[in-house]
Amino acid sequence: MRRFIPGWIQWPQLDVPLLLGLLLLMSFGLVVLYSASGENMDVVFRQGARLGVGLIAMLVLSQVPPHILRIWTPWLYVIGVLLLLATWFVGVGRGAERWLDLGLFRFQPSEIMKLAVPMMLAWYLHPRRLPPAPAALLTSCVILVVPAVLIARQPDLGTALLVAVSGGFVLFLSGLQWRVLLGMAGLALATAPALWLVMHEYQRNRVRTFLDPESDPLGSGWNIIQSKIAVGSGGLTGKGWLHGTQSRLEFIPERHTDFILAVLSEEMGLLGVIFLFSIYLFIAGRGLYVASLARTTYARLLAGSLSLTFFIYVLVNAGMVSGLLPVVGVPLPLISYGGTSVVTLLTGFGILMSIYGHRNFIR
Amino acid sequence: MKLRQLTGAEPGQPLKDQRLEGREFKARAFTAFLIILVALFLLSLRFVYLQIFNFEEFTARSINNQVRIVPVPPNRGLIYDRRGRPIAENRPAFRLELVPEKAGDLKQTIAELGQLVELPPDAYETFNENRKRYRVFDSVPLKFNLTEKEVARFAVDRHRFDGVDIVSYQARYYPYGDLLTHVLGYVGRLDVDDLNRVDQGNYRGTTHIGKAGIERFYEDELHGVSGIEKIETNAQGRILNSLERENPVHGDDLILALDVQVQQAAWDALGDRPGAVVAINPNDGSVLAMVSKPAFDPNLFVHGISGDDYRVILNAPGRPLFNRTLLGGYEPGSTIKPFLGLAGLESGAVKAEDRVFSSGQFFLPGVSRPFRDWKRGGHGWVDMIGALEQSVNTYFYELALELGIDRMHDYLALFGFGSPTGLDLMGENSGVLPSRAWKRGQFSEPWYPGETVIAGIGQGFNVVTPIQLANAAATLANGGTRFEPRLLYAVKHAGDRQAEKTIAPVRTQLSVTNPANWDLVHAGMRLVVHGEKGTARAIKPESGFEIAGKSGTAQVAAQAVDEDMDDTTATHLRHHALFIAFAPFENPSIAVAAVVEHGGGGSREAAPVARAVIDAWLSQEGVR
Repeated sequence: MRRFIPGWIQWPQLDVPLLLGLLLLMSFGLVVLYSASGENMDVVFRQGARLGVGLIAMLVLSQVPPHILRIWTPWLYVIGVLLLLATWFVGVGRGAERWLDLGLFRFQPSEIMKLAVPMMLAWYLHPRRLPPAPAALLTSCVILVVPAVLIARQPDLGTALLVAVSGGFVLFLSGLQWRVLLGMAGLALATAPALWLVMHEYQRNRVRTFLDPESDPLGSGWNIIQSKIAVGSGGLTGKGWLHGTQSRLEFIPERHTDFILAVLSEEMGLLGVIFLFSIYLFIAGRGLYVASLARTTYARLLAGSLSLTFFIYVLVNAGMVSGLLPVVGVPLPLISYGGTSVVTLLTGFGILMSIYGHRNFIR
Repeated sequence: MKLRQLTGAEPGQPLKDQRLEGREFKARAFTAFLIILVALFLLSLRFVYLQIFNFEEFTARSINNQVRIVPVPPNRGLIYDRRGRPIAENRPAFRLELVPEKAGDLKQTIAELGQLVELPPDAYETFNENRKRYRVFDSVPLKFNLTEKEVARFAVDRHRFDGVDIVSYQARYYPYGDLLTHVLGYVGRLDVDDLNRVDQGNYRGTTHIGKAGIERFYEDELHGVSGIEKIETNAQGRILNSLERENPVHGDDLILALDVQVQQAAWDALGDRPGAVVAINPNDGSVLAMVSKPAFDPNLFVHGISGDDYRVILNAPGRPLFNRTLLGGYEPGSTIKPFLGLAGLESGAVKAEDRVFSSGQFFLPGVSRPFRDWKRGGHGWVDMIGALEQSVNTYFYELALELGIDRMHDYLALFGFGSPTGLDLMGENSGVLPSRAWKRGQFSEPWYPGETVIAGIGQGFNVVTPIQLANAAATLANGGTRFEPRLLYAVKHAGDRQAEKTIAPVRTQLSVTNPANWDLVHAGMRLVVHGEKGTARAIKPESGFEIAGKSGTAQVAAQAVDEDMDDTTATHLRHHALFIAFAPFENPSIAVAAVVEHGGGGSREAAPVARAVIDAWLSQEGVR
């Protein structure tokens, strides 16, 4: 029987607990999206289709052995950087030149970098002795900073920081000494004022608003205030699914995309939030577990970084919705409406699945 | 080589210890997991803080967010004439409203709206003035009475304007236009001055208020009581649905004593001539017609009159803004004679059969200038009836001297001359009823006998208003009951089926010494129309009913009284023509005062007007 199945399908290669966790998360997400979109079944179907495409990408990638991915890595990174440069010249989009129009569909090169940067760093550190020597560390920083700067000037500060952070996780997992880590963190903080100078006015406003949202309750503070009202008025058990007044009366901005967590918090309360966080914690924890099973440096670093980055999205988005962080355009992973981030994330989980499935192969 | 391949190490690199590295990695991964665990715990605390500890505050804010309490203006009461014809209606209309807080840059928004709907050049300034009475998150009217085109144009572009919306409302409409302006007045945009005279809470949703006439006098009744509605709104301020509603109490409907057909008859009879007509039912003091001509279209004022339109009205010939019925002061002329005749009889100063010889000229001792009769050569011997019939001045010169100015004053005052009648409209003029005391107070001068003489024929200081004259005629007709005339006939409270009739209060009940005296004066006035020598015999009805009347002429230029004024006299120098009348003679149901400015002779110009009014009324009443 087994020999009739093509050789590249090797059972069992899927990480079933991780898959179940993801499926639970996505189903829950669609339920919330139905309410957040104002009971618009179209939106739910479209998002379901994207999740389907993402899942297929995940399954396909899970069959590609990590060493093959490692060979492709530099090419992916170089292509990503070139595409980022291309957006300088032919980018389309509202104000921010982050999209490339490829005729059939538009996509953001910065999404590629979310995967390409940790892959490239893992590729670079793979043959080297860990923790990296100072020279290797310097090269790593260049690999990380170049795309981050390119993305930041699109301008998309949120994604730039997340890409940088995903690279930072690789360095952290590579066993870099704590004092070096702290030193780098200090250096990053020291450059913050410089960052302020190169920021666009709307970005500065977001920061100002974050610091004092009540200063302009109908203007830029609106999002944060309304979101906090939605979250707070949800209470322990929420107003009930489809019964959130803040979301149904359109007080929550971007309520089916970046602020969908506010809808969930309002309608399902603290219990719903804790439930969601538990799923995320499980998925990230499972990812780190998979990383620790891996036998090669490349696979370990990449799997660990992807898991942590995934979790960082959750932290940043939830922090934004609850008013702990400034408003940055970071979606709630696998819940927020939108195609690009779904495909990127599930592709990442495909890599994780591959690493899990090939954990016994030493190559 | 095999090992290198196995570890993935590159040539020239030192070998890696995968086992050690794996252990190190696990430690790091575990540390990372602990860090995210702590981060997630802290994040959860934030949600606990918001959702548990601040639950009540945010719940309150979320309710505040979505619920707005808005006033529901009551419908303004309708106004009907005494036969149930609507004379002030509400019609559905649309207005443009703007929430300043939501609209962003007001000036720019208004400028952009100006491309969709017609706005006056000072729309922004006017709007800024108007919004003072609203709270920032209230919707403030920007433009009333949008045309269908404007509504459609805005509907297409509505998404561009946050906080701007079209609101339907009831707009006042006066179907008879200028015919009833000086009675009904009009409503106009509520302004800051108006707010000082009303209960502001009750007017929160109201945009228009009575500015003049009945609309102003009965503002409280017409307005009603504002209701309240709790509505759910979305973030753009658009109303989604109503949660709770306390209905407004709509304004009372008013039924006026006025008869539009009688009003129209008076209007038509005046023709192009400026003038005034007031008709009162002597039985109950109700005002049947009240015309001041020229007038203007009150509908122009409802939606805010433009400066140009207003200037046209202000500068129009004949002063259409001027309400002659209440404010117009005229010399009563000979129309005063029946009242003086009655005064003479009732006081005993003259007897019915006393006769006076009219030679055409009357001399006062020590005054060389004669007081003249209107008929050259005089009327010969006349008694009271004859003197009234032919309007013999000499008779009344004598009578005036007999009575003296103070007795004349006191008796005429009983008929309401010299004081407002108490009509249910604002701004009534008192007129002037002279006496020694009045002249001393006014000019610090003594009274001269010559002034008494001309007062006997209603000249000199005497000034009456048409409403006074009509009310005095009504009092004369009904035998001495002076009502405060009422335009309001009945009130129908919102929700009631039956209207509640208004009773005009009695101001004065004259004490009658001898009813025969009244009959005598009535008889004299009857002969004015029906006598062979009656000054107004031209208006005598062929059959059916009889009219009692009295003509009068008010001097405009200082000139001897002459009822046969020349047609060549320049119009503005011609005398005002006056006529008072009541009918039917036996059982009067209408008393009329008509004034035709610069008409010339009272019997020739004003009497036909009075006749037309009487005809219209009596045909409505079924008398003829």
